[in-house]
Amino acid sequence: MSIAVRGITKRFGGFTALESVDLDIPRGKLVALLGPSGSGKTTLLRIVAGLEIPDAGKVQFDGEDVGSRSVRERRVGFVFQHYALFRHMTVFENVAFGLRVRPRKLRPSAARIRERVGELLDLIQLQTQAERYPSQLSGGQRQRVALARALAVEPSVLLLDEPFGALDAKVRVELRRWLRQLHDEVGVTSVFVTHDQDEALEVADQVAVMNRGRIEQVGTPDEVYHRPATSFVYNFLGNVNLFHGRIDDGTTRIHEEETGHLVFVRPHALEIGRQPTGANHFRATIKHINAAGPFVKVETVTEWGATVHVEMAQERFRAMALRKGEQIFVTPRDVAVFSDERRSVSA
Amino acid sequence: MVSAMPAMAAPAVSESRGVRGLLIGISVAFLSVFILAPLALIFATAFGHGILPYLRSFANPDTLSAIRLTLLAAAIAVPANLVFGVAAAWAIGKFEFVGKTLLISLIDLPFSVSPVVAGLTYVLIFGAQGLLGPWLSAHGVQIIFAIPGIVLVTIFVTVPFIARELLPLIAVQGNEEEEAALTLGANGWQTFLKVTLPNVKWALLYGVILCNARAMGEFGAVSVVSGHIRGLTDTMPLQIEVLYNDYQFVPAFALASLLALLALATLVVKSLVEWRAGNLQGENA
Repeated sequence: MSIAVRGITKRFGGFTALESVDLDIPRGKLVALLGPSGSGKTTLLRIVAGLEIPDAGKVQFDGEDVGSRSVRERRVGFVFQHYALFRHMTVFENVAFGLRVRPRKLRPSAARIRERVGELLDLIQLQTQAERYPSQLSGGQRQRVALARALAVEPSVLLLDEPFGALDAKVRVELRRWLRQLHDEVGVTSVFVTHDQDEALEVADQVAVMNRGRIEQVGTPDEVYHRPATSFVYNFLGNVNLFHGRIDDGTTRIHEEETGHLVFVRPHALEIGRQPTGANHFRATIKHINAAGPFVKVETVTEWGATVHVEMAQERFRAMALRKGEQIFVTPRDVAVFSDERRSVSA
Repeated sequence: MVSAMPAMAAPAVSESRGVRGLLIGISVAFLSVFILAPLALIFATAFGHGILPYLRSFANPDTLSAIRLTLLAAAIAVPANLVFGVAAAWAIGKFEFVGKTLLISLIDLPFSVSPVVAGLTYVLIFGAQGLLGPWLSAHGVQIIFAIPGIVLVTIFVTVPFIARELLPLIAVQGNEEEEAALTLGANGWQTFLKVTLPNVKWALLYGVILCNARAMGEFGAVSVVSGHIRGLTDTMPLQIEVLYNDYQFVPAFALASLLALLALATLVVKSLVEWRAGNLQGENA
């Protein structure tokens, strides 16, 4: 099922959580709502589910307005950030809940419910834990039970609120790959909320980047990462160095003073050299070197006192034998320029 | 790990053996004198002349009537407060509304008002010279010096028990499980029965027990509205007083032993509930 969000506005007291938001979620896609906390992403998800009523605007499922439909009539599967498993029920009972509460006419037989729950427990690889209580499971297991419980009712859409937010780094990565696989198998239209750009970029077909109750950009992970529409998106997706700049004859020059244009450069798009190269170099001093990890992270300070982060390959770092306190030249290879923080002038 | 410095090995909050012994001694002595001794005395006096006089005390028709009336008052007051307590705790725990603080204070009011004053208020409202008295007597309804009055004041004094037990729990648990139930297609009633109620059942049970103990044991408020008509409007506590004032010590203490047993049973169930709740907590940790 496809979802269309049209002009949704939501206020909590004096705080505007969402300001006239439009968003299209195509059928069968896995879409990430990405943004910092307080950007309105969870509120938007809850409005789509019917858990929150918008002040203005409408939500359409397959072109049909669902504003008058209650949560239960919308048939959404919702996975809560803290799982919200029924603590007094076993894993089996949790997954079976959605089938058991159906009106008698639509309720599957006990045998059919057992069968269906069994299938889902197979899917989440927790067959052996069926008789356990949520408190006896690990975080990752609870999350999978929450997913199975939501899938049991064969929802038309799956909505996940920070699905991996409460898990350790390693489990997170495993589980998000598993979610991607699961989505490819089940194929249900899914939306998940996250503040972790890696998670969004790795898992989603489409990413909607949100900021202060608005959507800044919607696109594939590739698009939002390599062609960010706004300075916010550029800033939010990955580390970035911020400069002032001026555009002369189509080339961007980095400037010390404020110019009205903001220049963004990713740490890996900066080159360190002992000699000045190109027209756009600047002088800097190495403050700190962190050689742990796939790249060497070099922290430098420019002559005008700004801190600039540079990432370079291990081989090059070793070949150059850079030292702390050394004076070097930094040359940007790839820059993005934004005027007034919103529109991209050149990429 | 054994610390090299003995001074560091001792827990920060620790008293010397003497202080500990003194504190425990004071607590035990206090409880023995003020609680255990009277309790023992009740049973000692009740069985003072053997088991037969004890049993014979319950053959008195007035005593039997008092037991029946007490059971009746509790049987009405406890379910009434069960419904009210759950509704109030639910409303306060889950919603924001104007007058919430006032509602919480009102629930606590019976705790802070003297039961005698509560009884007198009911006399002023429903009594013959009271606010609604003339209208009620014109329609042939008697509340004060009759069973309805006793039931009403019993409800009044037991209002806080169930709501107070549930409130903190419901507030802590939040709405997430209920929301999950709704997204899974449950209706409001199913959500309440299958999700909310099981989550608070131990607190609810404890609240009911406390409420029942108080409903059966209430003296002051009931005394004011009862009118002390023997065999008609005397509850167990009132009948105990009547018997005692008649110098019928064995029957008085025999009846008192029933209330004391109720208190002991309450303690046992309370411990069971707390033990059970503690176990669940342990599992959740």
